[in-house]
This record gives sequence, structure tokens and C-alpha cells, in this order.
Amino acid sequence: MASIQEIQEEIVEEFSMFDDWMQRYEYMIDLGKSLPLIDESLKTEDRIIKGCQSKVWVNAELESDKIAFTADSDAIITKGIIAILIRAWSGQKPADIIAAKTDFIDEIGLKEHLSPTRANGLVSMIKQLKMYAIAYQTQVN
Amino acid sequence: MTGYFYLLEYKVTLERLFSSTDLTMSSRLGLTFAIMLDIKKIRADFPILNRKVNGQPLIYFDNAATSQKPTQVIDKIVAYYTLYNANIHRGVHALSQEATDHFEGAREKVRAFFNIPLAKQVIFTSGNTHSINAVASGAHVFVKKEDEVIVSAVEHHSNIVPWQMLCERVGAVLKVIPVLDDGRLDMHAYHNLLNSKTAFVVVNHISNALGVTNPVKEIIDAAHQYDAMTLIDGAQSCGHMKLDMQALDADFYTMSGHKMCGPTGIGILYGKEEALNSLPPYQGGGEMIDQVSFEKTTYAGLPHKFEAGTPNIAGGIALGAAIDYLNEIGMENIAAYEHGLLVYGTAQIKNIPGAKIYGDVTDKAAVISFNVASLHPYDIGTIVDKLGVAVRTGHHCAQPVMERFKIPGTIRASFAFYNTKEEIDVMVQALQRAVTMLS
Repeated sequence: MASIQEIQEEIVEEFSMFDDWMQRYEYMIDLGKSLPLIDESLKTEDRIIKGCQSKVWVNAELESDKIAFTADSDAIITKGIIAILIRAWSGQKPADIIAAKTDFIDEIGLKEHLSPTRANGLVSMIKQLKMYAIAYQTQVN
Repeated sequence: MTGYFYLLEYKVTLERLFSSTDLTMSSRLGLTFAIMLDIKKIRADFPILNRKVNGQPLIYFDNAATSQKPTQVIDKIVAYYTLYNANIHRGVHALSQEATDHFEGAREKVRAFFNIPLAKQVIFTSGNTHSINAVASGAHVFVKKEDEVIVSAVEHHSNIVPWQMLCERVGAVLKVIPVLDDGRLDMHAYHNLLNSKTAFVVVNHISNALGVTNPVKEIIDAAHQYDAMTLIDGAQSCGHMKLDMQALDADFYTMSGHKMCGPTGIGILYGKEEALNSLPPYQGGGEMIDQVSFEKTTYAGLPHKFEAGTPNIAGGIALGAAIDYLNEIGMENIAAYEHGLLVYGTAQIKNIPGAKIYGDVTDKAAVISFNVASLHPYDIGTIVDKLGVAVRTGHHCAQPVMERFKIPGTIRASFAFYNTKEEIDVMVQALQRAVTMLS
């Protein structure tokens, strides 16, 4: 399995093929459609990430020593954003997720979504995914 | 953008436009004339309208959140700090006198603009929310244990939470006027809610989430029949329609400076003299006192009782400049022009397949709150922002309203007198592009 760093570089490369924001958004929307969907029964209040204008549910399961993330959102763009994160981070070890850098988001031209006040709460999503990793890290040890 | 002149079918007394006797004669015949609002000239007064957003010319349709500021207002702020910055009401020196004269001059402009009897009934606050809290925090003199406070189901959080806090503090009960499917208040239910226990009725003049104008005169008069106090939240009305405090007869009315072309950080609380005298001050400090000793402090009279500390002097003075600006165009002209934008925008949005407008009634401000099919308002808002169009998406700080219509939020386009039909066309194109991308 490729490392987080390698997958993130791959995503940056894919996005670099597009010249304008519209194509990038269209691609992001497509990625959203390939998101490993969270089980309907897991769409509970406590799995909603706060700080988003749209609803985002995330679930994390430990499979041997790696974390599998699933998610969903009621907004398509938000779904695309979480899909990008999950593609890079799902199936990775907790320690690697904790250490993962997030500047690739900037490089794929989604910088504006990194603002902490941005209503889609990408920052909240990153925080939540890392929190899961920290929680599972103690179990792996 | 071309074609800046807009014709308005508008009945005017031509004395206002021309001094010619002949024209005055013809106006007496009651002719309906088309007047022109010089939109090109008006737009030139708003420097921000020249900027680009995401490489596109800015189209600003978030006027219900805050209005843009004309140069006349911006210059006034600069002039204050450049020429006569001093603390007011206390210095004997010339600069302090000058600053005081400008600040009190602004109070007088507010008085006249809203047809308030006395300048001392104009309390300067930091904003509309502050004005509401100033009343709610002292409203225990009007609301006793087991009394009832009535709010409406279309309030924004600023006009719900302070009253909930009051009810908790005094042991009163909060009652809610329900909203009908079309966004209007259920007035039949309102009249049934009123009873001898009703102590306070609190309603917004225009709902920020839907733009619907509430029948506040009827609400106030009915409340007064039960000797209840009334507060009308005028955040959305103050910059968009002619308001007359004496005709309306509310006990309290709150306004926001930044929603009527003034700066942020300045708001207005109007109250009937007797109501303001009964209301205890909510903040202690300088400016609001008469005599201070460690045994007993006596409070100053109106308006100073409610203006503890150094006020937003620059903000107050600049709000005065905003009022001059609005007066120059005329609130009736602004209301008529914005209504034209509302009618046009409503028709255009309805042409988008799957569009649904919430609060689609005739009596409303130039605010269109809508969704397209089952698309999330956040998705649409993100795409149209990329295309340079600033609309608001979300629950508009009025979660109970969204709950009522079982939606996560809406897209809200809110117009001002410096917007144009061409801009609405661009928004509609942007919306159509967003829908194509997202479907």
C-alpha cells in the first residue's frame, strides 16, 4: 500500500491537470461519488462533525493495525472534500495519520477551504480524523 | 454592465424633482410619472462595487447581512479621526465641543429620519442585538413571574435568546406565534395567544430568513389592548422602508446602523419616553451617572442613562452621514426600486427548474430565500461565489425557521438600491451553471 505522502502527491498530480477551478470542482464532485459510504445506521448525531454548514458523518474502524474511514455528507462539495482526505488517510496506520501533513489541500487549489472560519469545516474534518487516529493509536500500542 | 438607468412606475409629486410651476400643476392632476433612479451615479458612490471576487466583478446580494457603504459615509469616518477626534460631553475644549456637536447632530438626524418625538429617545448602542439585550436585560420591570412573553417563529436568534434568558430569570413563560406555510405569521393564533398574562410581545418587522414583512401595527395594537409592552426588531426594515415611530406606536424599536449604509458597531434603540424611563440601565460606568458616591449613585437622564462609557463616536457620526445619503435618494424611492428588483428576481428564480421560494408573498422586502430541487444550499453558494456572486447560504441564524420548513437551510439573495436587474441576470446564470455542475 502506498504511503500517505505518495497518495497525496498522486492527488496533487491529478488536480494539476486541470486549468480552472470549475474542472477541479467537477473532479472533486466525482471523487465524492467514489467515497466509501458510512453505514446508514452509523449516521448518528455523535458522528456528525460540528462546524460544517452541511452535515458530515465520519466513522472510523480499526482493522488490524490500520484505520478504515467511511463518511457521507448531505452536500456534494463537502462530500468531495472528505473523499479526498479519506482517499489519502484510510487504510493507514494511526501514527502515520497523526503525522500526516495537510498542505496538499493547498496545492490542489482548495486553499480557501482551509480557513478555520470556512463554513464547510475542512479544518474540523481534519481534526476529527486525527482524533480518531489518536484514540486508536493507544489501542495499537 | 450596461443600461444603468432604470425606469420606475412611481407616482411622484413632481415638486420634489422640479420647481417649475407648470410641472407642479400637472402633478396635481395626479399623473403617474416614471422617475429615474440614477443607478450609475449611485453605484459610483460605493467603491466596493468596483472590486473583483475570484476574478469576476463582485455582485453583492448579501445586503440582509450588511449593506455596503457609500464614500460619503467612509469619508465621514476619516474626517472624524483626521479633524475632530475627541471625547464627547465632557471636555470644555473646542475639539470636544465639535465632536459632541457632530455626535448629537447625528442623534437628531436619527430622530427626524424615524419620526421620533425627542432626540433623547434615540439611544446609541453597538448594534441591533445590543439594543434588544438592553431592553431584555431590564425587562423584569415589565415581566413578572408566570407572565407570558410572546415571540414569533420567524425570529433570528438575537431576538429569541435574550427573551428566553429573561423568562428563565423571572420565571415567565415564552409563547411562540406560529408561521404559516407561505411564511406569514398565523395572526389568528397570535390573537388567541394574547391574554391578561401577556406582558411583552416581541416580533421582527421583516424576517431576515424569509424577507416577509410582518403586520407589526396590528401586532402592536392588539398587544396594547392587553397592556403588554412591545418591541419590534427593525434590523431588516430600517434601511429599506420609510419608518414612522409615532405612527407605529411600538414601545421599543431596534435598528442596526450597518444594515442602513452606516458602519458596523453602531445601532439604535428607540423607546417611548415613559418606557425608557421605567427601564433600568443595564451597564454602569461613566457618562450614565448623575451623582456618584459610595453610598448612592443617581443616574443621568435619557439618553445618557443607557450610554455608559465612551460611545462609538465615529460610528454615530458616520451613521448620520448614512441617513443624509438615504434621505437624498429618498426612502420611498429606495423601497419602490428594491421592490422592482424583488419582482424581477422572483420571476427569474422561478424560471429555474426545481426552484422553490420560501416566503413567496406580496408583502415582503427585497429578500428571496430559496432552494433548487434537493441540492444543498451550501453547494450552490460555493459555486456561485466562485462566479463572483455573494449570496448567503445556511440557516441565517434562524434555526427554528429552517426546522419549520424541514430544510437544512436556504440560499438567500437580498437586494439593495445599488443592485441592478443585470446583476440578477448574472446570478441566475451562475445558479444555472451550479445546478448543471451539481446535478
